[in-house]
Formats: sequence, structure tokens, C-alpha cells
Amino acid sequence: MPVIISSKRLRSEFVNKVKEISGQNLQLCYQCGLCSGGCPMASNMDLTPLRVIELARLGLKEDIADSKTVWICASCLNCDVNCPRGVEISRVMEAIRLLTLRKNVDRVSPEEISPEERCELPQIALVSGFRKFTG
Amino acid sequence: MSLAYYPGCTLKTKAKNLEDPAIGSMEVLGFKLEEIPRWNCCGAVYSLADDDLIHQVAPVRNLIRVKEQGKNELVTLCAFCFNTLKRANLLMKDNAEKRDTLNSFMDEEIDYSGEVKVVHLLEVLRDEIGWETLSRKVKLPLRELKIAPYYGCTLLRPREVAIDSVENPIILHEFLKALGATPVDFPDATRCCGSYQIIGNPSDISEYAWDILSTASSCGAEALVLTCPLCDFNLGQGQKKLMKERSGFKGMPFFYFTQLLALALGLDPEICRFELNYGEPELFLREKSLIP
Amino acid sequence: MNAEEKNKNSAEVVAEEKRAATEARLIPIYIMGKRYEVPEGLTIMKATEYAGYKFIRGCGCRGGTCGACGTFYRKPGDYKLQVALACQKAVEPDMYIAQIPFFPVNRAQYEFVELTSAPEEVFKLYPELFRCVACNACTKACPQGIEVMDAISALKQGNIAEVAQLTFDCTQCGLCTSRCFGELAQYHMFQLARRIYGARIAPGADHLLKMLGAIDEGKYDDLLQGLKGMREQELRKVYQEREMEPAAAGEDWEPRDTTGL
Repeated sequence: MPVIISSKRLRSEFVNKVKEISGQNLQLCYQCGLCSGGCPMASNMDLTPLRVIELARLGLKEDIADSKTVWICASCLNCDVNCPRGVEISRVMEAIRLLTLRKNVDRVSPEEISPEERCELPQIALVSGFRKFTG
Repeated sequence: MSLAYYPGCTLKTKAKNLEDPAIGSMEVLGFKLEEIPRWNCCGAVYSLADDDLIHQVAPVRNLIRVKEQGKNELVTLCAFCFNTLKRANLLMKDNAEKRDTLNSFMDEEIDYSGEVKVVHLLEVLRDEIGWETLSRKVKLPLRELKIAPYYGCTLLRPREVAIDSVENPIILHEFLKALGATPVDFPDATRCCGSYQIIGNPSDISEYAWDILSTASSCGAEALVLTCPLCDFNLGQGQKKLMKERSGFKGMPFFYFTQLLALALGLDPEICRFELNYGEPELFLREKSLIP
Repeated sequence: MNAEEKNKNSAEVVAEEKRAATEARLIPIYIMGKRYEVPEGLTIMKATEYAGYKFIRGCGCRGGTCGACGTFYRKPGDYKLQVALACQKAVEPDMYIAQIPFFPVNRAQYEFVELTSAPEEVFKLYPELFRCVACNACTKACPQGIEVMDAISALKQGNIAEVAQLTFDCTQCGLCTSRCFGELAQYHMFQLARRIYGARIAPGADHLLKMLGAIDEGKYDDLLQGLKGMREQELRKVYQEREMEPAAAGEDWEPRDTTGL
């Protein structure tokens, strides 16, 4: 399937926003694959972390929007410590999540958590869960 | 000697079995863990957004409380909170612009620029007490129990907060040895338990638990030692599910490192609150003649 | 001072107040952006009424306890947002005022009799509690000076008693909720915590139960019937001649007539 990559896409608002929120220089990535290799959640992801970086810097936001990868990420930071170029992939994941959450959209809403779970879950689970999945 | 101590919300309800034995053990070792006054929830996760400062306010305010007390070190038990507090602290130390913005925003508090050092209790045991001193104080050696040290993520990543080598940590191994137990090395000791995905994709959690627990078991571990209440919950719930769904999967007892510490130092096992643990640790300990 | 003298004095007082109001210095205030000149010394609420507004909502006890009149205001040259209860705060020159008579909140439905004393009851009904980021905007918005963030923090830690202590002065005005980053309904959570504390945790008042028992048994029926049967003159006499405990009475003071004890 042909994909048009023009200079417009490379300088699109999406790319700029990801750069701004993550503070990362995506051009540093040379697609070595250490991030994907070390990601404990990769087997559940449709796009690997490696792919997400590539799509993000090319401005292909539709592909990323359809993917559930950033919502499977657990911010374990294994990718960050393994990256030979010092790119903090975890921050890129966070930036992409925030582009949705900051539009006041919840990925998981508090009502979805059953009353029993609300009683049993440790507070750190609820606080961190709401931080990562609610806007 | 008094140490400024940050418990975190979870330790006050769900993880009393992490806190109570810690306080008792440290007293025996000559330290008093003193809760800092008016502490608030640290926010659990460190904000990974570069442009977001509101989420730094919560952890930084706790560090200010320590500074107000005239103390320069903060001890944590919960690995999750340790990570957030330490990273926020480094931000205040290293980033002048964000430090100034935060200080000016939090105008009802005194200014802060990273004067306090954030440490995890394991660091205090290793660096301020020492393994040799600790092993001399052991009254009930742990009969060479084969325990797998599970580090998780937050004590070792990112590199700037790591309390030990990121790739080959040994701090929990040394801790277990000092108490007379046998650490069982296994490849998934630093693999993530799934963290907040218990909220986002809860059905994946038992899969992550399988990855970690099956490896630990096949390497010969009889039990698991942990430092984080979320790891405990995820792995514990995961283990329960696996025992139901996978025939042949044998669960194992979980311990917080502070419970093993209290036991080995000869404290009354009641203080450990074993009834809150996963994997029936009391049965296990009784079999090994470590509790009556 | 007899009744006649008392009445004459109060008429004089009212006349004095009226004179004072008309002679008071007029100062400018801004209500929802529009400028008005109002007498100095009036409360925000009275000043708003002086300016011609009629309260049908956002006004209640006029005594600082119902929380209906939560108000935000600013002073010129100061970027800080200030808060007050309109019935309690006096106007100041160039005050920029907006009242928040109501703020939409998420109020959980529950049957109180079914709740235990566990903090998890609050977690169950208000999971958004864990969206709090400890930004402190709520504390800054409280006209009663309550440490709102500290109370939310205590609630997250499961310390219901601490929440009840810290939020005793809460009037449910809702200003904290209006500023909340995490969209929490703090005052509803606090009220639930206070209810749990009062009904399930706080020690019971045994003397109250004893008294209620005595009333049910009819110990005071005769006295009550006696009072009900009196004429107004007689009742006034009994009231005015009643025996009162002296201010510096010791532990063992007793009234002359002990039938009511």
C-alpha cells in the first residue's frame, strides 16, 4: 500500500507536538531494534516500539492512532536503558498517549472498574492507572 | 538515629505487611523511621512529559517537607514511590528553568533545589549498616531458603535512579545472603510485572506473571521476595489465575523484603502481618520450622 | 431595662444604622464585570443587593454556615484569585467579583445503612478520588481555610478519622470542586467520610442514649404537659424566673428544683 511521505508530513503539527511533549530527537534512532527486543509487552503489541518511532518521525499519525501499542506500554523503561543512542522511547510513548488524553478523552473511565476492584486494588494502581489512561 | 520516612498511601492500608516489619526491624538496628509530617500522595508515576510541570508538584512538595524538618535524606519502602520521588528530586537539582517555575508556582512553600537525598531502605541497609553488620545481628538465619529476588522496574530504571547495576543487580541477592537465605538467580528478575496495566489491560497481567514466576520456579526458587506493593498485587493475582487455569502450575509464597528482615532479626512474626501475603507464606515457613 | 425601654432603643439603633449607611463612603466594586458604587462596610451579599440584584439562589443562611454564597474575587494589580463567602466578607474598593451559586458535581448514590466503617466504601463510590494530583488548587479555593489537599491525601491513605477532623468547618460551598484539576467532588467525599466517622467510628454518647431512653419512658411527660397547659403570662413568668447555672459553677453544683434532672 503506497504511503505518501512529503516534507509537509515531516513538519506536521503531529510531529512537532510529539517532539515537544517528549523532548526527544527522533532523528537519532537508527532502527537497531534493541527497544523492541527488550520490551516485555512487545508480544501483545500490534506495532513494535521500533515501528512507532519510525511512524512518529514520518508523521504517519493515522497508523499510530489505529494501533494499541502505546496503550499496552507499561513505562517499564527497559527500552530507554537499552537504546544505544540515548533516545527515551518511553517519553515518545507518553507523548502519543497525551495527544489523546489532553483532548479530555479517557482511554479507561473510572466507571469501568468494578466496585470490588476499587476496594482491592492498591492505591498506587488506581493513581497510576488514572494518570496513564484518563484525561 | 532518626530517618525521615515517606510511606506512601498504599502502605497505610493494603501494604501494612511491608511497613510494620520495616519499622520494627529498623528499631532493632538502631534507627527510627519517622514519617514526615503532612506528606501527600506522590502521584505514583513520574510524569514522562517534558512540558508538564503540574505532575511534579506532588512529589516535590514532599521533598520540601523533608527540608522543612532540617533533614537531608528521605527513606522510602515502596519502590514505586521511590522512583517518582527520586526522579522529581533530580529534576529540581538539574533543571534550573523548571526549578524556578515550580518554586514560583508553589509560593506557599519554601524554595527547593534538590537538597534532600532520596534513598530506598535497601540502600540504607547496604550503605549505612552494611551486610556484615546485618548478618551479625541475625538471630534466626533463614535456613538457606531458596528465594528468587524479584527487582521489578522502579528500583533500577532509569539509570540515574538505579540503586544498583541496571543489567546485573545484586543488592537483593546480597540482602538474602546476609539473612542466611540462598538467592536464586533467574533471568526475569528485572522484567516488568505489568504495572498500571492492571487498570488498562488487566487480562494481560497473568501472562506477565507467568513469564516471571515460571522462570523463577524452573530455576529452583521456593519463594519470591519483592519490594513493591503493585508487583505484589499483579504477580499475586496473576498467580491465583494461573493456578486455576494452567494445570501443573504450582504457586509460590511471596515475601516483602522487610518481612524476611524482621523474621531473621528475631522479631515476633505477628509484626510481619503474613495474613496479607499471597501464596500462603505461613504454611511454607512452618514447614521450614521458621515460625511455630 | 424594661420591655418599653428595650423597644425604644432598638428603633434608635435601626435609625442610626440607616443614617450610617447613607452617610457611608461609597466605593466602586465590579459584579460580573459591571461597575457599581456601594457603601463601604457592607458584605458582598448586601452590596450586591444594594446594587439591585435579587438573590433567589446563591443565598441561604446569611450566617456563614450553609455555603450557598461561595464567591471568587480579585483585587486590582494582583493576579491571585481570592475566595470568600459573600455573606461574611466586607467589600473592598475595586473588588472584582463573581459568585458561584452552584457547581455541577458527581454525587454518588448510596444507602448509608449498608456502608461499613472501611475507607474502601469511599473508594468504591468515588474512584475519581485517585485522579488527584496534589496540585493544591482546592486548598487555595477554600473560604473556610480548610487544608483540602491534606484531607484528600488523608482520604487516599484511608484515614477517615483524620478527614473528619480536617473538614469539620466545611460548608459544602463547592469552590474547591470548581478549581479541581482532577475533577473531584471533594466536599461530597468529605461529607461521606464525616458520616462514616460519626455513625461508625466515633465513640458513642452513652449519656445521650440514657437521656433518650428516659424521654421514651415518659419521665418528662408530666412536666411537658404542665408547660403546654400554661397561659402566656404564666409561661413568661416561669421562663424569666428560671434558675440558671452560674458561669463559674463547680462540678457538684445542683439546681434547687431537681425534678427535671
